[in-house]
Amino acid sequence: MLAIAANDGVVRARQVARTLAQQCRLSLVEQTKLVTAASELARNTLVYGGGGTMTASLVDERGRRGVRLVFADQGPGIPDVDLALTDGWTSGSGMGLGLSGSKRLVDDFVLESAPGRGTTVTITKWGR
Amino acid sequence: MTERVPVLQIGQILLVSIQTDLDDQAVVHLQDDLTARIVGTGADGVVIDISAVEIVDSFVGRMLATIASLSLLLDAQTVVVGMRPAVAITLVELGLSLGGVRTALTLEMGLKVLERSRVLRQGPSQELAESGLSDEDGVRADPAGQ
Amino acid sequence: MVAGGEGTTRLVELLTVRGEDLGADWADRVSRSLGGRVSRSEVQRELGELYTALLTALQTGSLDAHGEAFGEVRALLSELSRSRARQGFTPSETALSLFSLKEVLEPVLTGEDGGDVRAYLAFTKLVDDLGLFTIEAYSRTREELIGAQAEQLLELSTPVVKLWDGVIGVPLVGTLDSARTMVVMEKMLQALVDTGSEQAVIDITGVPAVDTEVAQHLLKTVVAARLMGAECTISGIRPQIAQTIVALGIDFGDIVTKATLADALRHALRASGVTFTRPGGSAGAR
Repeated sequence: MLAIAANDGVVRARQVARTLAQQCRLSLVEQTKLVTAASELARNTLVYGGGGTMTASLVDERGRRGVRLVFADQGPGIPDVDLALTDGWTSGSGMGLGLSGSKRLVDDFVLESAPGRGTTVTITKWGR
Repeated sequence: MTERVPVLQIGQILLVSIQTDLDDQAVVHLQDDLTARIVGTGADGVVIDISAVEIVDSFVGRMLATIASLSLLLDAQTVVVGMRPAVAITLVELGLSLGGVRTALTLEMGLKVLERSRVLRQGPSQELAESGLSDEDGVRADPAGQ
Repeated sequence: MVAGGEGTTRLVELLTVRGEDLGADWADRVSRSLGGRVSRSEVQRELGELYTALLTALQTGSLDAHGEAFGEVRALLSELSRSRARQGFTPSETALSLFSLKEVLEPVLTGEDGGDVRAYLAFTKLVDDLGLFTIEAYSRTREELIGAQAEQLLELSTPVVKLWDGVIGVPLVGTLDSARTMVVMEKMLQALVDTGSEQAVIDITGVPAVDTEVAQHLLKTVVAARLMGAECTISGIRPQIAQTIVALGIDFGDIVTKATLADALRHALRASGVTFTRPGGSAGAR
């Protein structure tokens, strides 16, 4: 588990994601996509969630190997999850591509959030 | 603590080569430093070499677009060079098209782009006008030019 | 299920007393069932190892095919199935190698006391389990083979060629699916970097049809190339494909499309600053 409490947390999240992606023998493009998604989500955790954690693991399900990253924060949460996943929607100063963009970069994307209860985003990228 | 990316000056051109994984603060610093240097040196071109960069997320992407627009306001052209294929594919998937940013495959090609636009700004010569090149400030490089 | 104890002891006895004969008989049967496609000595070597491993496992008193004691047996079976799968034997032929051991053992049973029958029944259960394991290992190998072949096909079917200095071409032939389009996309973008080409022509004359996903991938390739500082031209769009693209409402935007590869090449060359002249004639057709 990695704490994301400052800017260097985002950098470390990228490094951890890359190491796991390489261990899982993802192709270069798939690695890049995963690391980019990790970067977006770690920044979200820091900026909108007021800091949080990233839990990273290699998973093995039904004969497929993959990398799973879980980003959790205890921030204000997202009132409308569907809206938050729309391109261009932003609550802050970003471009509004963080959530919707990262969703396109990975295979599985689960967003759990409620106002006042923080936000948890789980992403998985499967090897081929 | 946060490292600063060096901005090199070669004649009228400022060159930035990003070699490490930058944190967000370093990216903001770079944007400020570059803007200050453009004003301070009166440079008319900026080359940002990202050939060593392994990922460009929306934060860095926005920085590139902002530098391009800022430099235009300050009468300088920005060219981003050396983007890796994996990075380009990821940016497209992410939904960033970096509108307004000129790009080139290599540093050398980037310098040529700047040279062309300099010649054009100093008054389009007959020869270039005939070869179909036109100046399209604010629009990304279109080698076809027609 | 007879777990350990007497059953296995009797089995070990049965299998050891006439071990040589049984082993030879087994090898004979298997080599006959394989129709001589694997040499007798090869079969004997494979089965000999298996026979020894099986005995060792039984001596521990275990009859659990998935247990620790049978690790060595399973490893040998995996290897056997893999080599059979690669040599093109059928799953039945592969599994028979193991099942025939039951037939070999049958004649040595002495019918006098019930112990032999119970031991034999336990043994057949074990062999069945191992047989299933063999078939699974077999199909895994086949799947690997198919996967590897599909990958090779991808490699083969997506050449990137140099058309001119600074212009590369990607002639696509055959049905494009999402995976293949993605491979082409990556390969072409890498070729742009490797050759320092600022122009690429994607020719889809040989592509019978495209669906939305493939069209989207092509579009993304073009946008990605632009991000890197290169331009793509798409040529050879057949009337049917043009109709599909319009019907699907896919916006090709400002992407340059040309009817033929020749037109696209001319466009790419002009864009990279090449001028055309006819010998003795006036300067280039514009």
